[in-house]
Order: sequence, then C-alpha cells, then structure tokens
Amino acid sequence: MRIKLQNSNIGSEFVKYIERISGETAMRCYQCGNCTGGCPVSYKMDHGPSQIIRLMQIGQDEEIQKANSMWVCVGCMQCYSRCPQSVSAASIFESLRAQALRSDGDHTEIAELPKEFLKNAPQQAIVCGFRKFVS
Amino acid sequence: MPRIGVFVCQCGNNISSTVDTAKVAEEMSKLPGVVLTEDYKFMCSSPGQDMLKETVAKNKLDGIVVAACSPHMHEKTFRKAVEKAGLNPYKCEIANIREQCSWVHHDTTKKIGTAKSIDLTRMVLERLKRNKNLTKISIPVNKRALVIGGGIAGIQAAIDIADGGRDVILVEKEPSIGGNMAKLSETFPTMDCSQCIMTPKMVEAELHDRIQLYTYSEVEKLDGYIGNFSVTIRKKARFVNEDLCTGCGDCWNKCPFKADSEFEHGLTKRKLIYTPFPQSVPNIPVIDKERCPKILKDKCGLCEKVCQPEAIDYTQEDEIVVEEVGAIVVATGYNLMDEARFAPYGYGKLKDVINGLQFERLASSSGPTGGEIQRPSDGKVPESIVFIQCVGSRDESKGVSYCSKICCMYTAKHTMLYKHKVHDGQAYVFYMDIRSGGKRYEEFTRRAIEQEGAMYLRGRVSRVYEKNGKLMVQGADTLSGSQVVIEADMVVLATALVSRQGADSLAQKLGIGYDKHKFYSEYHPKLKPVETITGGIFLAGSCVGPMDIPESVSMGSAAASKVQALFSADMLDREPITSKVREETCNACWDCVTACPYVAISKKEIKNRKGEVIRMVANVNDGLCTGCGTCIAACRSKTIDLAGYTDEQVYAALNAF
Repeated sequence: MRIKLQNSNIGSEFVKYIERISGETAMRCYQCGNCTGGCPVSYKMDHGPSQIIRLMQIGQDEEIQKANSMWVCVGCMQCYSRCPQSVSAASIFESLRAQALRSDGDHTEIAELPKEFLKNAPQQAIVCGFRKFVS
Repeated sequence: MPRIGVFVCQCGNNISSTVDTAKVAEEMSKLPGVVLTEDYKFMCSSPGQDMLKETVAKNKLDGIVVAACSPHMHEKTFRKAVEKAGLNPYKCEIANIREQCSWVHHDTTKKIGTAKSIDLTRMVLERLKRNKNLTKISIPVNKRALVIGGGIAGIQAAIDIADGGRDVILVEKEPSIGGNMAKLSETFPTMDCSQCIMTPKMVEAELHDRIQLYTYSEVEKLDGYIGNFSVTIRKKARFVNEDLCTGCGDCWNKCPFKADSEFEHGLTKRKLIYTPFPQSVPNIPVIDKERCPKILKDKCGLCEKVCQPEAIDYTQEDEIVVEEVGAIVVATGYNLMDEARFAPYGYGKLKDVINGLQFERLASSSGPTGGEIQRPSDGKVPESIVFIQCVGSRDESKGVSYCSKICCMYTAKHTMLYKHKVHDGQAYVFYMDIRSGGKRYEEFTRRAIEQEGAMYLRGRVSRVYEKNGKLMVQGADTLSGSQVVIEADMVVLATALVSRQGADSLAQKLGIGYDKHKFYSEYHPKLKPVETITGGIFLAGSCVGPMDIPESVSMGSAAASKVQALFSADMLDREPITSKVREETCNACWDCVTACPYVAISKKEIKNRKGEVIRMVANVNDGLCTGCGTCIAACRSKTIDLAGYTDEQVYAALNAF
C-alpha cells in the first residue's frame, strides 16, 4: 500500500464522525496489538482491530470501509477488556457498521420485508438482524 | 623461623560442601613456619574476627593466611583485624578457596576441592613468608578543583564544589559558559524555558567568590597526580582587555563585517567582534581572528575607534597559565553528528532541512526569528513539519550503533512547541521506537500524540527530495504496512549525539580512558560512574554518553561530592602496592614509560657529586601508580618489582605448587 499523507488525512471528516458516534479517540491507541491478539475472529479479518485503528489514525478512510473487518466483528468486547489505553475497538466496529448502513443504499427496510418471511423467521434472528443490518 | 597462622573458613557450607576444611588445616599445620591452624565456620563474622585478633596476639604470630573467599570480599576486613592485633596489615594474605575452588568444583566427595584448596593455600603461604611490612603511601592534597567544560554539568559541579568552600577553576573553550543547554528553547517534560533556568546558574558561577572563570580557554597539558595536579591552560587571545571592557556593545554594533553565528548554528550572522549570545557570561566580546581584516591585513580598526574604555587590543596574544589543583571534573559535553553524512535527507543541500539544535533556536524567543517558526529558505511559516528521529543513531552502517537517548523526548517537545506557535500546523514524526524512560516522560510523549495532535509514523525515512517547492518525505509506516509520502514545508533531523570534537586528544592529555565512540570511560559503569581509571579525575555530563539535563546535573553534583570527599582529608592514603625501580640495573630503555597506562613513570637523572648527569633511570610516581604490573612485564632487565608481589614472592608461590 502506498499512502500520500496530507494534513487533511489527520482527523478526517470520516474519522471524526466515527469517533463521535463511538465515543472513542483513535489517537489514544499506541498500537500494542493486544486487541488483535485476543480477538477470536481477527484471523478472518482483512485488517485486525489494531490495524483498523491505525488506518483511522492515518486517515485511510477508503481502506477501512473496504475491509471486511467490521462485518466479522461479533462484538464480544474482548478487545476492550484487554486494552491498556481503554480504547474499545468493538465500539469503533459498531460505529463503522452503523456508518456503512446509514450511507449505503443496500440496507433493509423493515416494512418491505415479506410477511411470510417474517412469520417463519425465528424471533431472535429478526431482532439481531435489525440490530446489525438496520440503522 | 616465621610464626604463621592459617585460618580456614568453611563459609557455612559454601566452602565446606566441596572442601574438607579440617583436612586443609591439618595439611597446613605440617608445613614449616606454621605454628597454628584453625578451621572455622564464618571467619568474617564478628566472633571470627575477634578470634583472629586474639590468636594473633596470644601466639605472637607474624603472618596470617586466611583461606576463604575472594580478596575482593574481605581482604580489607582481615587486614584491619590483624592491624588491631598489632601486626602489619600487609602480613595478612588471602587464599581464595571459594570463588576459585569450592564454587567451581561440584565434587561432593570433596576430593578435588580439598586437594586444590591445599595447593592454593600452600602457595599463598610461601608468598606470605617473603612479605615485607608495607606502609600506606601518604600524599598531600591540594584542595582546589579544576572543572573542564562550562555547560550545565560543569557549572553544577563548579557551584557545588565552591559552595562546599573550595576554590574552583572553570575552564570553557567558547567565549561564554552555557554550553548546549543555553541554546535550548524549552526543556522537557515540564516545558520550562531553558534560558530562564540556565542563566541564573551561569551568573551564579560568574559571581561566586570561589569560582574563577577561564572562558575562551583550553587545557593544554596536565602533569602530576591525584591531589597534586598541575594544569597548563591556554587563554586564547580575545583581543579585548577583560579588565577594561564594560560589555557596552558599541564595538559589535559598529563592526561592519559578518560571519555565520556558531551559537545560532548558521541560521543567522554575527559580527566579527562578538559575544555568542546576549546573556553571555562573561559579557566580553572576542574578535574572530580568522576573519577580522584588521588582524589579517591591518585594515578597518573601527571597533578600536568606538571603544570608549579603550579595551580593544589587536596585539594581544595567547596567554599560558599554570594552575595547581588537587582534583579535576571533566564535563566537556557533546556535539551533534555532522549531517553531511546523510545525503538522502538533503541536509546542507535543501535549505529547509535542519537539525534539532537549529529548531531549538527557531523556537527560542531569543533566536534568529524571535521565536516564530519560520522556514530558513523563505521565512514562510510551515504548515507541516516532518521530524525524523534516529538520524545516525542506531545505524551501524552509516552512523553510530547506540541510541542517542534524548531525541525521542526533544522531538516530542518540538512537536508541542510547533503546535503551540502554529495552531493549524501539522507535525509528523518518523520514529523507530519511542524511548521515553524517565519520570513523567512517557506521559509527555503520549500528550504530544493524544492532545497536541502529533502524527507519529513508525518507520525510517528513506529519502527527502524537493518537488514543486515542497519537501517530499518518503518513508514507511510499518504499523499499517504501507509506504508513506508526505509533502512537507520543513524537515527536522534528530541527529545523533556524538562525543565532543577533540574529546580523544583531551583524554590523552588527561590520561583517562575513552571508548570507540570517544565517550569517556567510567571506572565502573554501575558502581563507579563518575570516577575514571585515573585517581582524582571525575566525569560529569554527556562527555560520558548521551544524557539529558536532569542526568547531567545529577552527575555534576555527584562528581562534586567525590571531589569534596577527596578534599575532606589533608593527606591521602594510597595502597603501597606500587612499582619499585632498582636503579642500579635500569638501562633506560623506557619500555616501561611507553607501557604504563597511567603515565606514572618518568625519567630521572642520576647525578655524580659534581652535579653532572651521569645516567638516566626510570622513576615511578607513587601517587599515580596503581600497581597494575604492566611495566614489570615490559621491563627487559627485571629492574622493576611490585611491592607486595615481588618476583621472589611470585616464584616462591609458583614453586610451592
């Protein structure tokens, strides 16, 4: 990856937005890697939690949005419980998901779901689906 | 017939688990000259020492062997004990049967350990039989001190010694004291203004009754030894009479010629008659004799015309002063590495690539821009600055192998200074590791990153080049695994700290050691960090290695306390284990003079009755000799012998094996 780093990358609008809705500060992270080390699913991510935060620090918005990492995160909060700087990567992932859904045309309208589907789907799946894919 | 007592120590089970100490004592009792042996549990304990004293007195012993631990541990203890019993302390010898025997032989049948202990003790016994009574060498102490280097470490040492009531001579190479610290803008981690805390110290040194300043002076030669040094100092010609000059500044205001200012690291010009900076101590200018046209070709002479007290003296010459002192503190400080070695970063070629000390001057309110951060090429306020750490440090191929220690902290400070002065400016830092060990240091670097918005990128910069009036900095961010290119307005290099230019030749003059980087060597890196191998010469500050201000100040005070301890007695006791020259056989080859690492051997004239010199012989200075024995190995005519370890003694020991 080749990055042309500019002043505008540092604290970009996108990063500021994620920081605002997650309540986290990317610059708090000093890249020890404990979150990626403890994450049960980081091996399936394009970039582990610590790398996603690094990309936020250097304002690589596209790279973050492109990565599958936010969708792989299960929100177990292991990262947060281990973080020496009290940064919650899980909250950042949740915010990234929310941002992706809010800006993406590909989100689910509850009203448009077929009645038949809703009848047969397990209740828990619907609640979780709403939680994860509807914002 | 000698009356020797042998005391074998069990050292709990440290010795007795692999050595049959009773057997050793028994074997020793069979040897001629041994009148008494003891096998004892802890010889070094108080009852053990008392037993030793009583036995010596009761049996009128004239020599003692203690077979125990290394003489490094308790030789002093036992020698003191026998001295109290009325015996010459050098008639007590230690046979090391612990470190060199019981601890290295694990044979619990005790066969090997016992046999070796018997051999070791017998050898020492034979040596002891030939021991002479020795008396400690007593030398007088001249209670004046010399401090070389007027930076913060040297100033601190000088003030502390002077406050203790001793006279101090402070020698500084530059026209003013202050050193590198006087150049700094603010100091980490408290961000207090360097000059505000430095100048009071400088003035205190100047006004102290007991401190004599020699600025613009260098140590030329050192003779003598601990307590009795004789220092030759060259006072370089200032071409200004120090007694007449009032420091009014008329001369440097009128001087029509300019040259690059050394103090401002070339960021601005100074006159040819100048003081390095406005708060110079003393506030007396010097004339740059390399450039001044009056001195070179007798043209101009304007400063002389404007000087009302008539202090200008173009005929002044270097003055040689000899001072007698008893102790020396060396505090010559550091230089920054010459950046010319780092062509890929464009230093010297690209105007806006500067070093850390230059940035300090830019950020200093007394600096060339009055504290405004402006880039040197066009005076523009930079929108972004890239700071590159480890330039030359931790770089075995082009620079030095060591870490320069202070750069991580001062770079973090630089980013803050920049942010405080240019609010919308962005600082980027390329680092390899952030080394912020020290009180409140880690918190300081985190503050730079988290609160002051410095962008830290982990990686080295590969190159810096110019494109469209911008400096393109190409490096890596290994944390994200990417190549990074930054368009910057200015680049600041945290170049390696290296030893002061000429540090090696000064060390040779003083007879102290230095390492391959020409940093001065401590006697012991942990337990004797301010002492050198030469008695009476102490170290302070970054002439020992890269060091920050708190460390330099502590070391200055530590060196001062060592000097005070040395000065607290009128006479100085030295071990009598020194080389002795048998003048009759010396053939004056001077191999010993070349071999001696302590410069303790000189050439002595032997005169006949008429006072004519008939021959020359080697002469050992007891004050300087440490008894290392190098001269003895070098001597071809077996003329030199070491008191306490004469050839006769050593051969007797070997023959007893």
